Parts: sequence; structure tokens; C-alpha cells
Amino acid sequence: MTHIFTNARLINPETQTDKLGWLRVSNGKITETGAGDAPESGIDCNGKCLAPGIVDIGVKVSEPGERHKESFRSAGLAAAAGGVTTMVTRPDTMPAIDTPEVLEFVTRRANEDAPVRVRPMSALTRERQGREMVEIGFMLDAGAAAFTDCDNVVADNRVLSRCMTYARSLGALVIGHPQDPGLSKGGAATSGGFASLRGLPSVSPMAERMGLDRDLALVEMTNVRYHADQITSARSLPPLARAKANGLDVTAGISIHHLTLNELDVGDFRTFFKVKPPLRSEDDRLAMVQAVADGTIDIISSMHTPQDEESKRLPFEEAASGAVALETLLPAALRLYHAGALTLPQLFRAMSLNPSQRLGLNTGSLTKGAPADLVLFDPDAPFVLDRFKLHSKSKNTPFDGARMQGKVLGTWVGGRSVFPVNT
Amino acid sequence: MTFRQKHLLGIEPLHPDEIRSILDLADKYADQNRLPVQNEKVLAGLTQVNMFFENSTRTLASFELAGKRLGATVMNMAMQASSIKKGETLVDTALTLNAMHPDLLVVRHPHSGAVNLLAEKVNCAVLNAGDGRHEHPTQALLDALTIRREKGRLHRLSVAICGDIAHSRVARSNIHLLGKMENRIRLIAPPTLIPAGAANWGVEVFDDMAEGLKGVDVVMMLRLQKERMDGAFIPSTREYYHRFGLDAAKLAHAKDDAIVMHPGPMNRGVEIDGTLADDIHRSVIQEQVEMGVAVRMAAMELLARNLQVDQPKGVMA
Repeated sequence: MTHIFTNARLINPETQTDKLGWLRVSNGKITETGAGDAPESGIDCNGKCLAPGIVDIGVKVSEPGERHKESFRSAGLAAAAGGVTTMVTRPDTMPAIDTPEVLEFVTRRANEDAPVRVRPMSALTRERQGREMVEIGFMLDAGAAAFTDCDNVVADNRVLSRCMTYARSLGALVIGHPQDPGLSKGGAATSGGFASLRGLPSVSPMAERMGLDRDLALVEMTNVRYHADQITSARSLPPLARAKANGLDVTAGISIHHLTLNELDVGDFRTFFKVKPPLRSEDDRLAMVQAVADGTIDIISSMHTPQDEESKRLPFEEAASGAVALETLLPAALRLYHAGALTLPQLFRAMSLNPSQRLGLNTGSLTKGAPADLVLFDPDAPFVLDRFKLHSKSKNTPFDGARMQGKVLGTWVGGRSVFPVNT
Repeated sequence: MTFRQKHLLGIEPLHPDEIRSILDLADKYADQNRLPVQNEKVLAGLTQVNMFFENSTRTLASFELAGKRLGATVMNMAMQASSIKKGETLVDTALTLNAMHPDLLVVRHPHSGAVNLLAEKVNCAVLNAGDGRHEHPTQALLDALTIRREKGRLHRLSVAICGDIAHSRVARSNIHLLGKMENRIRLIAPPTLIPAGAANWGVEVFDDMAEGLKGVDVVMMLRLQKERMDGAFIPSTREYYHRFGLDAAKLAHAKDDAIVMHPGPMNRGVEIDGTLADDIHRSVIQEQVEMGVAVRMAAMELLARNLQVDQPKGVMA
């Protein structure tokens, strides 16, 4: 099976180019690309953008345990509609994904129901309790993409050092949530004038820097491959840059919310804006956008976290954290493009190429031989987001009613169209 | 007279003219409350429900009396004891109550923002009687009325707010109110009890009583809220009293006619010297309680007026 995309604005994160051209796909792989007019007619992209599909690290699909919040079916449809071709799912389910048996269940459910690729991550410690490491070897054999206890920080340094040492021997990637557990306890907002006026329990961004410093020290000790799931404050950037300069195998991510929203968006206690870590100051946000541009921050992800209405319709400090974002990741990221802060190739380096490379996948580029995981989008098409039109079962998006620009026109996984559903 | 609010959720949303409107009306009620016969009927036929999710004696009594003096039907619901224990959420409780068509809902809750959330879900007017560390608007209004009556004005005064500011909704509401009315505000507390970012609120921050109290017109003491503290913020209450408790020696740094205020309940010997608290020449603590009833009468009357314009009773908005 061969088809050709013509008259497309090819966004290539590897060459950092954004040029009109064509792209040929056969047997699920990209076989040829070229500039200018295509040699034959095919799918006319009308000059819209064709980019490698997004590889989203840290998607919460609430299976097993809370399928009413999100299933592989609903998350997969949301991903396809959002241009996400690989969901790297989180293990903070109920029960946690901490045995090969649970991992197999998840893999089977994903294969049955999700129209996009799914790469599940494993917990780092049993039940994410921070006491005993999971069977890292078995989990790798069963297909675990990485190891993380998500927002449960492994507080015991000895436990974490052993996990890292063991993971190092198998070449496994450990993902940390840099946060000092003592300092950040109970924090629902970033400390500062705004949180204090609202009377919310708050946490200093320094808790993130302390968590990162601790993790980096252990990385230096164990030489493990390490990724910080979310670096969201300016104070964390110097140690991160230093660790990279010193040759540690370290990368860092950030959620799209921390790049496009700030603490003031919480307004009068709007719980859809409660995420973990909490939204930061505008100064921090600007510093993080710059860090993505210069590559200090490697990866942008959705941190898709479905929550039902009940768990959000509570007083702010009691409400659950997290936001759904598979479908809003691209249009929100395009705000940074329209604002002139990042180019499209820079955005797709952070959303497709880097996450793919970090996990050792071969997707995320438009290079010959790569799987034809593609997203076609119109970066300019304006719309007003209606949360009830999202494919996710949970509708907890901070962008409800927001004016956005950028619509996904089509998504392909391995050359097969997964969005829109009927073409 | 200007008052356009549907709810009284905090001081932050109020315009200075709205604050003046409440205080002017409250002034009238304060005088009227001293007369032997009370037969005001402006809230006759309206139902006031006091929903307290947190212990309270004085605020609850004050709201109850205010409603009764204006002729409202008043019902008290002690929420710690009821449905919350059975697992009902705040919003469900609110909807249940809403179905009974109250006109005025007075709410106190231990979490910041809970009253805002509740106000979104009901049709009646909601009065915040204190939510977490967020706001306690009627307390700030009664403090303002007390100051205005004592000092003859509510602007260009220097006011020191001392003590546990971090955990105090009273402090936040007062900072909003006194700031809106163009007063100088000083916060005096050990650094652990000064909330992060307070220096950006347009206030001066001190950690020394002698320095902070220099030349102020009003000294507002706050209660050390041990029940809201998660761990230790100060080494001991005796060290706290020594450094931050208000006594005659520290008060001597303020103006000679400076008044002493406290929202109550007081911890004598912790944040304030007992003799000083009882000194009728300096302490206006009893007046604050008296003004509390008047201010709550005024706030409820103004909200009730807007209620009648907006929505006839029993009709869903």
C-alpha cells in the first residue's frame, strides 16, 4: 500500500526545516520525501502542515481501576484527534502497573481498543510505595517503556539509589518527579502573593529544585538514564543545564499547561487549573518557554490526567489535580508558535522527536524508513474549545471556552488513517 | 447608596463606595441596637440559613441575632455533625439546601474558596462567614466601622496588623479593606507567620514590634491559630508572647491615642496582655463585637434588596 502526501508544509524536527514538499508512504513507512511539486497526485494537503505524530510521555489512561474516567478506547480516540500517535502511559492506575501480569493486561487492552500506539510505563517500586523495586527485568521484557512512580516521590535515598543502580545495569530509563516531599506536602498552589491572598496552602518552587538536586546527585552516583517528568520553574534550570554539560544522561520534560498558563489563571478557585506541580508565576513560564527553545528542556507532554466532575467539584485544596490534554496539546502548543516564541520544527522536536529518541523508538521524524506516524494540521484555523466535545470521558480541561488556533485535519499511525475516523 | 453585589464573598470584589454603603447603614443600626425596643422588619418573610462547617460561637450568634433583629426567619445548621460525615459533598449539600429556597445563606467553611464554590451552585444570596485562610468580610467591615467611629475617619490612618497573619482570613480581608480605603498597613509577625509574597501586597512588613508599632493609630492583634497550624511555626508561646505579645510597653511605641483591637477569641497571655485587653481607654474589643451585629444587619439588608430586584422569591435564576 502506497500513498503520497502532496503540497504539504513538511515540519521536520530532525533537520529543523519547515518547507513545502511531498512525502511518500508505503507499507506503513516513510519511503521518500521531496521539495516542491510532487511527481504524482495523491492526498492534497493544500499547503497545510504535515509533521511527525506526537509521542506523549505521561498519559494517564485510567485502566485498570477507574475506567469511568478514561478507557483505552476514549483516550485513543482523543489522542488520534489531537495528533498524538504514541501514548506513553503512566503506571499510577489502581492497581499500579507494577507486575508483568498487570502490564500484560494493559498491553492487551491497549491493542484491542486504542487506535494509536501505546507504550506503557512501569512503576519503579511496588505499589508506588517507595520501598521495594519492581521486577525491572521482567517488566522490560514485558515491554515497559520506562520506570516511574509518577507523583509519588521515592523519598528514601537508599531505595532510589538501589533502583537506579539496578535499572542502570539493564539500560532502563528512570523517570523522576522532582519534588521535595516534605516541603511540597499539602501544597495546592505555588507560594507567592497570589496564593497567599487566596489563602491556599502553597509550595515554593524551591521544592522542585531540591528534588531535582537530589535526583541528579543519585544519577551522578549511579549513572542511570534519567528523565525529569516536569521541570517547571526557573530555579531548576541551572542545575539541569549543569548536569547535562557534565555529561550525565539526563533529560527533562514539561507539561503544556506550565508552558501556556500561569498561577493567576486559577482566578477564583477554578479547580480545572489545579495541576501537579501547581501552575507557576509568569516569570517562570517565560523562562520555561525559553528553555524549550534552547533545548534545556527536551520534551513537552500533555500530562493528560482525567478526573471526573465529582473529584473536581470540591473546594480547591480538596479537589483532585490534573487536566485532560491529549486533544488540546497541539493547539495549546501552537499558542507558543503564534506568539513567536517557538518555531514549528522546535515544537515538534520537543513533542515528537525527542520523546521518541529518549524512549528508543524509531518514530518522531520524517526521515526515510521511519514509521509513517503523521499528523496533518492547519496551524491557523481558529476555534472556541467546548469541553463537552472532547473525546476523553473526563472533560476536565482548563481550556474550556478558550479561543485557540490550530486544528488537526488528519492523523496516521503506520500509514493507516486513525483520524478523522471515516477516511 | 451603591451596592451591586449579589453575594458577599469577600472584600476583594467590593468597590470602596460599596464598603461605605455598608458602613453607613451599619452605623445607623449600631445606634438603633442600643435602643430598648427592636422592631425592624426589613427582612420579614425572608429565610436566613446559617451553615457552619467549622466551630463558631460568636460569629454564629452575631449573624443569628442580626437576622432576628431584622425580622428574618433564622435557621442554624451545624454542619460538622451532619451530612458531611455521611459522605455528602459540599455541592450536594448546597443543592439540597437550595431546594428549600432560603434567601440568605451564611456560610463558614474550613477550606479557602469553598464559599465561592457554593455560591455558584445556589440561587440565594451567600454571605461568607469565613472560608479557610481566604476571607472573612464581615469581620473586616466591623473592624472598619469600629475604627471609623473611634477615629472619625477610615482613611490616612496607620494600621498595624500583628501576629498570625499566615493563617488569618481576618488579616487578608482587613488588608483588602484598609488598602481600598487608602490607609497605611503594617504587618508585624515572626517571618514564619508572614505569608509568602506579602511584601508585594502594598504593605510594610516588620518582624519587630517596637519598630512596627511606631506611630500607628490602630493596633490589630490576631489570634495564634494553633488549630490551623501544620507543625511548629514558633518555638513556644512564651517566646512568642515575649517578642510579639501586645503589652503596655510595646503599645507605648504607638500613638498615644492608638486603639487596640482583637477579632476574638483572645488567648490572654499569648498574643495580648489580659489587663491591656480590658483597658477601656485603649481596647475596643467589646465595641468590635457590638459593631459585628450592626454590620451583619447592614450587609444582609443590602443583599436582600438586590435579591428582590433580581429574582422574585421561588423563581429559579
